[in-house]
Amino acid sequence: MSRILIVAEHLNGKLNSSTARCVTCARELKPDAIDVLVLAEAPDAVAAEAAKIDGIAKVLTLANAANAHALAATYAPQIAAVAKNGYSHVFAPSTTFGKDVAPRVAALLGVAQVSDIMKVIDAHAFQRPIYAGNAIITVQAPADQMLVATVRTASYAAAGDGPNAAPVEAVNVSVELPTHTRFVELAQGKTDRPDLQSASRVVSGGRGVGSAENFAVIFKFADKLGAAVGASRAAVDAGYVPSDLQVGQTGKIIAPELYIAIGISGAIQHLTGIKDAGTIVAINKDGEAPIFEVADIGLVGDLFKLIPELEQALN
Amino acid sequence: MKILVGYKRVVDFNVRVQVKPDGSGVVTEGVKLSANPFDDIALEEALRLREKGLATEVIVATIGPADAQAHLRNGLAMGANRALHVVTSTAVQPLTAARTLLKLIEKEQPGLVILGKQAIDDDSNQTGQMLAALWNRPQATFASKVEIANNVARVTREVDAGLETIEVDLPAVITTDLRLNEPRFIKLPDIMKAKSKPLETIDFASLGVESGDHLKTVSHAPPAKRSKGVMVKDAAELVAALKTKGLL
Repeated sequence: MSRILIVAEHLNGKLNSSTARCVTCARELKPDAIDVLVLAEAPDAVAAEAAKIDGIAKVLTLANAANAHALAATYAPQIAAVAKNGYSHVFAPSTTFGKDVAPRVAALLGVAQVSDIMKVIDAHAFQRPIYAGNAIITVQAPADQMLVATVRTASYAAAGDGPNAAPVEAVNVSVELPTHTRFVELAQGKTDRPDLQSASRVVSGGRGVGSAENFAVIFKFADKLGAAVGASRAAVDAGYVPSDLQVGQTGKIIAPELYIAIGISGAIQHLTGIKDAGTIVAINKDGEAPIFEVADIGLVGDLFKLIPELEQALN
Repeated sequence: MKILVGYKRVVDFNVRVQVKPDGSGVVTEGVKLSANPFDDIALEEALRLREKGLATEVIVATIGPADAQAHLRNGLAMGANRALHVVTSTAVQPLTAARTLLKLIEKEQPGLVILGKQAIDDDSNQTGQMLAALWNRPQATFASKVEIANNVARVTREVDAGLETIEVDLPAVITTDLRLNEPRFIKLPDIMKAKSKPLETIDFASLGVESGDHLKTVSHAPPAKRSKGVMVKDAAELVAALKTKGLL
């Protein structure tokens, strides 16, 4: 009998689609129940959103002023306490939120964690990538203990809304919350562009773009396509764009329908972040660049000449 | 204040790892091994804190086979004061690694522990968080900036939404992201000097760590290959191809 507890990810009163992606993964275990846990200062709006997801048995809320920001040290003991109420699995998305909190929960429970589930074999066997996706391993977890896992969100589509909203239930846990960790601020890039992790189209720039100023070309082209903007590690390291645009092994793992890589050579660490993309387009002046080995459509040439031509052709 | 740095040896990031034909693992024979890049960043940060006078001693620690000593010597050459080598011939999983590091914390009483956010071999991204939980201390993961004053670390973290800043009371565990710093290169004279720095070997079994190696790896497989694509000759052809696929 398996019961899965999914830790909801949310920000500014909105549920992140990573939560519904976890639900899709969880449903593949054919569990007896999937519950979603929302920790927040005022969880009602987020809980109502989560309750609509198809396949949820119920939504549990932990309202507490201490939960206003997702601090792992504060969240983890509460999640662990709820998990002990008969759950067999605790899932969180493999986003920076889930990566931060899930191992802390696992350690408090004294159990192992499976990171980045990309495929479910059965309730205790999963596939996950290692070595930047150069190898895929099948891991078997013990059936006689709870399992904590993070779900590789690019591997799962978000579950849609169900016919009926699941019940929402406030829960209480009696755990001592630490005061040793305090939120100071979140500096968010202000953008009207689609979110990189859930966009259906992404335009990414790499070192070949050459400068922060030149990146305006990438942004303009992305806007023309209604696409989110991403970047390679080289472009972020060079200071062209902020770190939250980085796609790859240590950045964001994404699966848009269309990915256009511009001036990106295609290091394995970058490619692991886009391997689930529907169609990969590569534009690079170096015809030997490794990006062309994975691209569905390749175009060799100078990006500063080709992008205006593409914009023209789109008109 | 002492700083303990986790310093793991992994297959070098430039190596294109291959799965063995029988699926029993990946090819590691004859492959170049290096420090986990995130651990080099962790060590660099610790050294900078010591150079600023905020720490007195930097200790590098690894859990690995006997021949990992040369790897620890590199950490000493980079500037660590001394090294701890927990010797075990079998690879440990993150929960076991965290429990082992906790034993070293109990022995050394560091004011700060810095680890890489993930090792680029198993890509687990777990050990630092698990260690902080077991130690019942704060964690500041994915750090891109660390400032320490009055026994508090103010840490900027690279999160999906942008840059988050938190404050944690020390002692704490910090895990490093890529842009925290650029690790220094090791100079030849420092390699010579490192040979005489203290390196303590500790038998893994002697620590009495309860194993957390609960996961069994059943098989390894190469990743699914994407089929070979087509090359187009100009912008107009590209747009036409995308339209044919229904993407525009």
